[in-house]
Amino acid sequence: MPELIAVAMSGGVDSSVVAALLKKQGLNIAGLTMQLWNQRRLPELQTEETTGRCCSLDDVYDARRVAEHIGVPYYVVNLEHQFEESVVEPFVSEYLAGRTPIPCTLCNTFIKFDQFLTLADSVGAGAIATGHYARVSFNDDTGRWEMRTALDFSKDQTYFLWGLTQAQLARTMFPLGGMNKIEVRALAEEFDLPVAKKAESYEICFVPNGDYAAFIDAYLKQKGVAAEAVAGAIVHEDGREMGRHAGAHHFTVGQRKGLGIANPEPLYVIATDPKSQTVTVGSGDALLRSTLTARDLNWVSWPGLSAPARVNVRIRNRHLPAAATIYPLPDGSVEARFDEPQRAITPGQGAVFYAGDLVVGGGWIE
Amino acid sequence: MRHSYFDYNATAPVAPEVLRTLAESLGEVYGNASSIHYFGQKARQRVEAARRSVAEMLGCDLREIVFTSGGTESDNLALFGTARLRPGCGIVTSAIEHPAVLSACARLEREGHPVTYVAPDSNGVVSPDSVAAAIVAMGATGIVSIMHANNETGVVQPIEAIAAVCRQSDVVFHVDGVQAAGKLDFPAGCDLYSISGHKFGAPKGVGAIYVRKGIALDPILYGGRHERERRAGTENVPGIIALGCAAGLSYDVAGIAALRDRLESGVLSRVPVCCVNGAGAPRLPNTTNVRFDGIEGEAMTIALDLRGYAVSSGSACSSGAVEPSHVLLAMGLTPEDARSSVRFSLGPGNTVDEVDGLIEAVVECAAHLRRISATFRPEEVGAHA
Repeated sequence: MPELIAVAMSGGVDSSVVAALLKKQGLNIAGLTMQLWNQRRLPELQTEETTGRCCSLDDVYDARRVAEHIGVPYYVVNLEHQFEESVVEPFVSEYLAGRTPIPCTLCNTFIKFDQFLTLADSVGAGAIATGHYARVSFNDDTGRWEMRTALDFSKDQTYFLWGLTQAQLARTMFPLGGMNKIEVRALAEEFDLPVAKKAESYEICFVPNGDYAAFIDAYLKQKGVAAEAVAGAIVHEDGREMGRHAGAHHFTVGQRKGLGIANPEPLYVIATDPKSQTVTVGSGDALLRSTLTARDLNWVSWPGLSAPARVNVRIRNRHLPAAATIYPLPDGSVEARFDEPQRAITPGQGAVFYAGDLVVGGGWIE
Repeated sequence: MRHSYFDYNATAPVAPEVLRTLAESLGEVYGNASSIHYFGQKARQRVEAARRSVAEMLGCDLREIVFTSGGTESDNLALFGTARLRPGCGIVTSAIEHPAVLSACARLEREGHPVTYVAPDSNGVVSPDSVAAAIVAMGATGIVSIMHANNETGVVQPIEAIAAVCRQSDVVFHVDGVQAAGKLDFPAGCDLYSISGHKFGAPKGVGAIYVRKGIALDPILYGGRHERERRAGTENVPGIIALGCAAGLSYDVAGIAALRDRLESGVLSRVPVCCVNGAGAPRLPNTTNVRFDGIEGEAMTIALDLRGYAVSSGSACSSGAVEPSHVLLAMGLTPEDARSSVRFSLGPGNTVDEVDGLIEAVVECAAHLRRISATFRPEEVGAHA
C-alpha cells in the first residue's frame, strides 16, 4: 500500500477538496480533524453564529460527512490542551503586554506543523496535506525546501506560514497552492462534496465575531485573573488627555474606529503602554515608520542572512509587500529599512520577507 | 483489510440467535402489548416471556424487572426516581461511575441533594469502608450508587459488602450493572440494578432495571400505565424480545478470560515498560486496560484502527475527540499516564488468531510511537516494569 498521508480536515471547502483530490489521485489518505478549542468553554461569548465556527460540532460533522463521502478513514484528535498552552495563552499575554499577536502563525508553527505532524507520524502517516494556499518545492541546487506565494495572490497564506522549518516543509503538501478559489469551488462541485457551497471563515477561529478584547476579558475571568487595574487614559501625542478607557488590550495600533472620542481630525491609536495603561492617539502621520526590527527569525527559502539584501516585506496579512533592505544585526535579529514609510507597523505581528514570489523567511516585529 | 473488534465494552454485536429472533419479531409481532386483541396478546406474551428470561438471568422475581431504553435511562430512573421520593436526601456515589450516573448526580446536586463522590484506591476499587464513612459524614444519606464493574478498567467492585453497609444505614442501594450483566453473577443485597441490552448481544435501545420488591420508585417519564406505572411508553416489543433472548445466552467466561490473558501476557512480555491499570483487583474476564509509558493512547488507537484493530482510549467527547479518562485520573494516574492508556475489551466473537494479530500490531505500533515520542526516555522509566 502507498505511504499514508494525513489530511488535516477542518470541515471547510479547501481541506475537503484536498482530501478528495488526493484520494482521486489514488493516494492512501486518512482524514484528521484537530479539536483545538471548545467553543462552549466561555459561555458568555456564545452567539448563534458560534455554532458554525471552527472546532464547532457542525464543522466536525461536515468533515466527517466529507470523509464518508470520499470513503477514507476519519478521526477527531484532541489537541485542546496543546492549543491553549501554545496559542491561546501566548495570545492573551502578548495582547496584555501591548502587542498584537497573530495566533494563526503560532498555531501553524506549534500545532498544525508540529503536534499534528507528530500525530500523523504516530498513526503511520509520513506526510500531511492541508488546504493552505502556498506552494512548496525542493530546490536541488540549494538543497533547501522553498516556499512560494500562492498563484492566486488574493488567497495567499504564506504570511502565516513563515515559521515552518525545513523538516516540516519536507513532509507537508499544499495541493491548493497552484489553484484559485474558483477552481477549488469547481472541484468541490465536481467531487459533489457536501460542503461545496459552504461559506468561508476568515476570523481567528477561537475568537467569536473577531472581538479579541471580549475574548481576553472572558478568558481571564474564567482563569480567576482579576482584570487587573486595566482602566487608563487615552492621551493625545501632544500630551492632552482625550478620555478614559476600560483596558489597553481593547486597542490595537492603527485602530481608528471605536475610540469613543470626538475630534475634528481622524485619530488613530499610535501606541499602547500596558504598564501605565496609557493609550496614545494621534494623526495617521504618526503611524508612519521607515524601519522595523524583527526577532526570532525563521529562514525558509534562504539559509540565512549574512549581508544586507533587497526584499519585499509584508507586515500584515492584507499588506502589499513593500520594498525594503534587510540588515542582519549582531544578535541574530534583522532590521528592515523600507524605501517608503509604512503605516502601523505593529509589535507582535509578523514581518515576512519575499524575493519575488519566494518566501525568504520572517520574524516577529519587536 | 480485515477488521477485528476489541471494543466490546463500548458495545457488542447483536448475537446471531438474537438477530434471528429480532428479525422474526420485527416482522410478525407488531401488536401493541397493551391492546386486548389477538395481536396485542401475542405481543404481551412475548414481552412477559422476555421478562421471565431477564429475571432468570438475574435470579429475581419477574415483577422486579422494568424495561427501559437502556443503561442511561435505567441509571436516571434509579437516581431521580428515588431522590424525588426522598427530598433533599444525600447521595453517595464514586468518582469512577459512568457519566449516566455522574451527570444525573450533578443535576440532583443542583436540585438540592448533597452528593459525595468516593474516591477509589489505586487499583480502582471503591472500598465498603469509604462508602460507610461517606454515609456517616453526610448525615441524611438516602441513596448509594456504585457500579458493579467499571467499563474502562473492568475492575469489579465489592458490591455485596457495600450492600451490607447500606442495609445498616437504611439507604437505597443502586448498582449500575451495565458492564457486569451477563458476565458476573447478580450481586445479593442491591435494591436497584441497571442493565443494558447492547452490552450482551441485544440491539441498542433496550435495557432494564431491577427494582427490588418493596422499593418505591417515582417514574421519570409520564404517560400510560406501562411497566406497573414505573415506565410509561409503548413497550419496545422487538427490543424487549431481543433482550430476553440475549439474557438466555451463555457467556463463556473461561474462554474469553483465556483470550484476554493471552493478549495481556503477550503485550506485557513484548512491549517494554507497560502495565495493566487495576491489575491488583478482581476484573471482568474480558477487559484489560494497558498503560504504555510515553505513548499517546489516542495515537495508538488510531494507528491500530488503520491496521484493522478496533480498541479504545478514554471516552469520546461530543466532537469525537478523546479526553483523558476520569476513571484513571480518579485512580491517581497523572493526566499523561491516563492519556497513555488503551482499553482492550473482548467478546464471544474474538479468536486466538485475532488476538495474536493484535499483539503483533500493538508491539509494532508501540515501538514506532516510542521512536517518535518526545516524552519517552527509556532510561528514565522502568520502576514498574
